[in-house]
Amino acid sequence: MRAVITVIGKDMVGILAKVSAICAENSVNVLEVTQSVLQDLFAMIMLVDISKSKVSIGELSDQFTELGERENLKIHVMHEDIFNSMHKI
Amino acid sequence: MIDTHDILETIQMIDNENLDIRTITMGISLLDCIDSDPDRACDKIYDKICRYAGKLVETGEQISKDYGIPIIHKRISVTPIALVAGACPDRDPVRFAHALDRAAKTTGVNFIGGYSALVHKGFGPGDYGLIESIPQALAETEFVCSSVNIGTTKAGINMDAVKKMGQVVVRAAEATKEKNCIGPAKLVVFCNAPEDNPFMAGAFHGVGEPDCVINVGVSGPGVVRAALHKCPDADLSEVANVVKKTAFKITRMGQLVAQEASRRLCVPFGIVDLSLAPTPAVGDSVAHILEEMGLESCGACGTTACLALLNDAVKKGGIMASSHVGGLSGAFIPVSEDAGMIDAAKRGALTITKLEAMTAVCSVGLDMIVIPGDTPASIISAIIADEAAIGMVNSKTTAVRVIPAIGKEVGDMLDFGGLLGSGPVMEVNRWSPEKFISRGGRIPAPMQSLKN
Repeated sequence: MRAVITVIGKDMVGILAKVSAICAENSVNVLEVTQSVLQDLFAMIMLVDISKSKVSIGELSDQFTELGERENLKIHVMHEDIFNSMHKI
Repeated sequence: MIDTHDILETIQMIDNENLDIRTITMGISLLDCIDSDPDRACDKIYDKICRYAGKLVETGEQISKDYGIPIIHKRISVTPIALVAGACPDRDPVRFAHALDRAAKTTGVNFIGGYSALVHKGFGPGDYGLIESIPQALAETEFVCSSVNIGTTKAGINMDAVKKMGQVVVRAAEATKEKNCIGPAKLVVFCNAPEDNPFMAGAFHGVGEPDCVINVGVSGPGVVRAALHKCPDADLSEVANVVKKTAFKITRMGQLVAQEASRRLCVPFGIVDLSLAPTPAVGDSVAHILEEMGLESCGACGTTACLALLNDAVKKGGIMASSHVGGLSGAFIPVSEDAGMIDAAKRGALTITKLEAMTAVCSVGLDMIVIPGDTPASIISAIIADEAAIGMVNSKTTAVRVIPAIGKEVGDMLDFGGLLGSGPVMEVNRWSPEKFISRGGRIPAPMQSLKN
């Protein structure tokens, strides 16, 4: 099972580290990362494998929401199926 | 890797354009709860609903979290109670409303629909008593919604029921005048009522439906408006195309959630209702889509044409995205639940006569319209008759949900709070239809019914 993590917010040191730390703690494998910084806006999209995750996608989402609130970032964790069903026929 | 643009578009839709799954509605048949002892029937009803829908809310919330999509409502629709009450026609049917209300509280849903009667051709054993009890049932319960079907294309219009319903609407308002006349906001009078509609207040579980079923209603007026905003100079063929593409995406999400809910609850998937259902929230308005198409205000000349284009494109886009489409499917135009409609009505641009024309091309009918509290019952009956005639002749669903605001006059506001919103009291044509309504009888089914 794969999920997409998106992080949007003001650029600062260590965003990638903090996000991937949570992934590592929960045995979530990062498959792909794309990121861009437009002026001072940071946008990162991560495709992760959650089939070996220690926690459910719901709990993972909670952990990232908490991180997002702490760091003033918008973090979404969404199941890959959403994008596949919405954008592919 | 999934396309970055697609990912950001989806997130933008959810975060800023109010994309959501409006409702997961579980339809439950109560035909096996019929009993000549009404109290025993109530116990069976309560037990069955709690047994089937016990995990509905929890599952809905779990899916919402797992997929990152807001699912706003979890609701239940049941077999029209008049069919159950028919086994004990001399007993007060309000007890059934209380049983439904208790079941709604226990399961945690925010509405339960089905305090209903189907009387399009005539009154069955439980029908008359149930209709009489609607005002009391709506006043004494919190979550119960009621609907009455008074006409179909096949059967014509039962004008005795139409006359009765005008009185019931007034009594429902009077019975809840201390609570902002909320009673009639939970009461829909239908022509051609669908049996699998997941949206309240008109949801009920038809007799042709399976024992239990999951129906999903999608939403997303904000998304459609945002998509149109990006092409300000497109011609109308292109506008229709943009709406279709957007509706496809919205509906695919609905289909995904419906399948997942059906799988997790071990209940068959029924339909996805392809609807643009507005809320009073800013940026979630159908009226604003019409204005985005180029009207100065919703209600201006051209509104009906814009709505026809929108309604048709939503269906064309949505139908390919779902394996089974049903319910009401189309654009809703509930005045008090749509920020753009409220503004248009306040500034005098939107009138009931224009709304009536719009109902000929939208998915439902005169919905959530606040009218003066002193409107005679016969005028409300005549409004119902007009709407039913539009539905009957055009083989479409039409409905009336008007709220007489007791003690208020044209220009005052009536505030229900929450999702039901608030609406200005709108002017009604006061010329009397009294004689016409008092004739009773049936309007015969039109030529359109003879398709065989």
